[in-house]
Amino acid sequence: MQFVKKDILDMASLSVEEISLILDTADRMKEISERPVKKVPTLRGRTIVLFFYEASTRTRTSFDIAAKRLSADSISISASTSSMVKGETLIDTARNIEAMNADVIVMRHSSSGAPHMLAKRLKASVINAGDGTHAHPSQALLDMMTVRENKGTLRDLRIAIIGDISHSRVARSDIAGFTKMGADVVLAGPPTMIPRGIETLGVSVVHNIDNAIHGADVIMMLRIQKERQKGFLFSTEREYARVFGLSKERLRKHAKDDVLIMHPGPVNRGVEISPDVADGPYSVILDQVTNGVAVRMALLYLVSGGVRNASSD
Amino acid sequence: MQVLIRGGRVIDPGNLDGIMDILIENGKIIEIGSKLEAGDSVIHAAGKIVTPGLIDMHVHLREPGHEYKETIETGCQAAIHGGLTAVCAMPNTDPVNDNGQITEYIIKKAREANAARVWPVAAISRGTEGKVLCEYGELKEAGAVALSDDGHPVVNSQLMRRAMEYAKGFDLPIISHCEELDLVANGAMNEGALATQMGLPGIPNAAESIMVMRDIALCELTRARLHIAHVSTAESVQAIREAKKRGVPVTAETAPHYFTLTEDAVAEYDTNAKMNPPLRSHSDREAVLEGLADGTLDAIVTDHAPHSSLEKDVEFDRAANGIIGLETSLSLSLTLVEKGVLTITQLIEKMATNPARILGLENGLKVGRPADITIIDLARLWVVNADDFRSRSRNTPFNGWNMKGKAVLTMTDGNIVFDDLVCQVGEV
Repeated sequence: MQFVKKDILDMASLSVEEISLILDTADRMKEISERPVKKVPTLRGRTIVLFFYEASTRTRTSFDIAAKRLSADSISISASTSSMVKGETLIDTARNIEAMNADVIVMRHSSSGAPHMLAKRLKASVINAGDGTHAHPSQALLDMMTVRENKGTLRDLRIAIIGDISHSRVARSDIAGFTKMGADVVLAGPPTMIPRGIETLGVSVVHNIDNAIHGADVIMMLRIQKERQKGFLFSTEREYARVFGLSKERLRKHAKDDVLIMHPGPVNRGVEISPDVADGPYSVILDQVTNGVAVRMALLYLVSGGVRNASSD
Repeated sequence: MQVLIRGGRVIDPGNLDGIMDILIENGKIIEIGSKLEAGDSVIHAAGKIVTPGLIDMHVHLREPGHEYKETIETGCQAAIHGGLTAVCAMPNTDPVNDNGQITEYIIKKAREANAARVWPVAAISRGTEGKVLCEYGELKEAGAVALSDDGHPVVNSQLMRRAMEYAKGFDLPIISHCEELDLVANGAMNEGALATQMGLPGIPNAAESIMVMRDIALCELTRARLHIAHVSTAESVQAIREAKKRGVPVTAETAPHYFTLTEDAVAEYDTNAKMNPPLRSHSDREAVLEGLADGTLDAIVTDHAPHSSLEKDVEFDRAANGIIGLETSLSLSLTLVEKGVLTITQLIEKMATNPARILGLENGLKVGRPADITIIDLARLWVVNADDFRSRSRNTPFNGWNMKGKAVLTMTDGNIVFDDLVCQVGEV
């Protein structure tokens, strides 16, 4: 199968076949990172711009390493160094980058839909590295890769996602990706953090974490941001940890023996997840990070590596 | 100089309906009847609808202050091309229309533009800041026809109560922009499944209906004339319906986009479908249609809100709210007649008779009245092309739409200011 998409914008727009191709490609890419010389010439001469309008350490570093392992030239632009501080519009900045013949623009932006806006206007490929509270497809793909690696399949698994679903682009992309691949997704969190109409995405919702993790093959904990107190989404971190935090006791009482504990990071230790669980035997949190590089290598390769049918765009 | 409009179906709700001629001299209607003697020139209106000039009581003309989006002249040109002979100019200009000099400036500019009539709506509170009442007496003398802080809700209920009472003393209606700002928060579209999927913060229906209900309660208390602007939700329609049943002196308007579109129009992050209140769900649209049909909603307005690419060609959550509508309003509204929601007479009520009544202004086709007349061709097919608009802005979600029916001639004070009748105006 050939990968013909110009852009990677969200999980909803990827087909089952495309997701499988990305995950299979990532599996092969992973080996490159395990070599003593972690570099192949595949994307030599390609220019990849990491266009980050919102702070990010993990995702930007991950894309940067992925680009360099494929021998692409990567350059980073952040909001504070871009012309945006001089009042330039997003479209103008992006057009300028494209005029320098960038092949791929990896973009993080605080506005939902911003990568979609650019993708429509640019010839360069756009990879969404997180837009507002909308989508974070590379995170969902690395989550799926990690689960598949451990469970052998995604079909019929029970995936529990717990926390602030309303403000989570990771949750939205995980929901779209996992359900598309045949997994059952159950969400849990205080009702203030469950957005209206989320059931239309084919998930079930409970408000008790114990019910959510019961029988779950994967437990995905989401970061709780203290600022959300101001929006009245929860009372105190103390109560949140007590009612929705993942503790060892809770895990022992309700979870399956071979459960996987995941977290997209950065982890708020002691709030949504206790330190002993984050570092415990079921945790694959650092495997997620490792697989993140492989997934991003696969994405960069597939959108720019020449396998894209030139006549398709 | 006499002009005869010959052979059209003349509809002036509650007054006239039939094939008639209208004779105009020196800007006034001098005779209405059948088989009138021709004047100096004749407008052949057979097969067309001849109505009192249409009125849009909710328009943003942007001048003074934002002339790059629209001027009074371009806005008035857009109005007459859409069949409107009069528009109400909302006060959120820069400076805000909160004193007599600004009101007079707007009227003077409109007179120079010599197209549609412009009736300024002045601010309820100074600077629309919700703190101090404006000088309603001076504003009325200068020509203001109503009061509104449109764009901003009047948050302080005491100020709203006093504004209603104070306005009552000057016989001016209050037009209320109903929005509970804490509930809106940073909302960018209708709250619901689509907003959740798109990762955009939603605005619940209650953000509108709470304020509608508050203002109805204040209207009940003060018995002042209250007009609810741009109704978008089922709950608001229901609240207004019940209030009217109780005899509360409240009136209300909606806009073509609320009965034509739903939130689905923003699905591709289309900023030309971003507005406030937001496009709502299918059931809200149904409720708005019912409200129009049963008379709960008195008027159809555009909330014409010109914006340039500077405000619209940006990230969705940063884009300005609002769409233009003057040149598409009548055609979109005519679909209501086509679908049997309204009769043509009811539509004219909502686009001419009722706005005038709400504003306390004279209207209608009567001998001695100024000849403000719109001629409508129900069968005319056309395609919306925003590049052809007379408005200075292009922010419409209806670009490329196929339309049936449009205004083909607009006349103010007996002058033909817009003529698309295609060579049917001529010498006797």
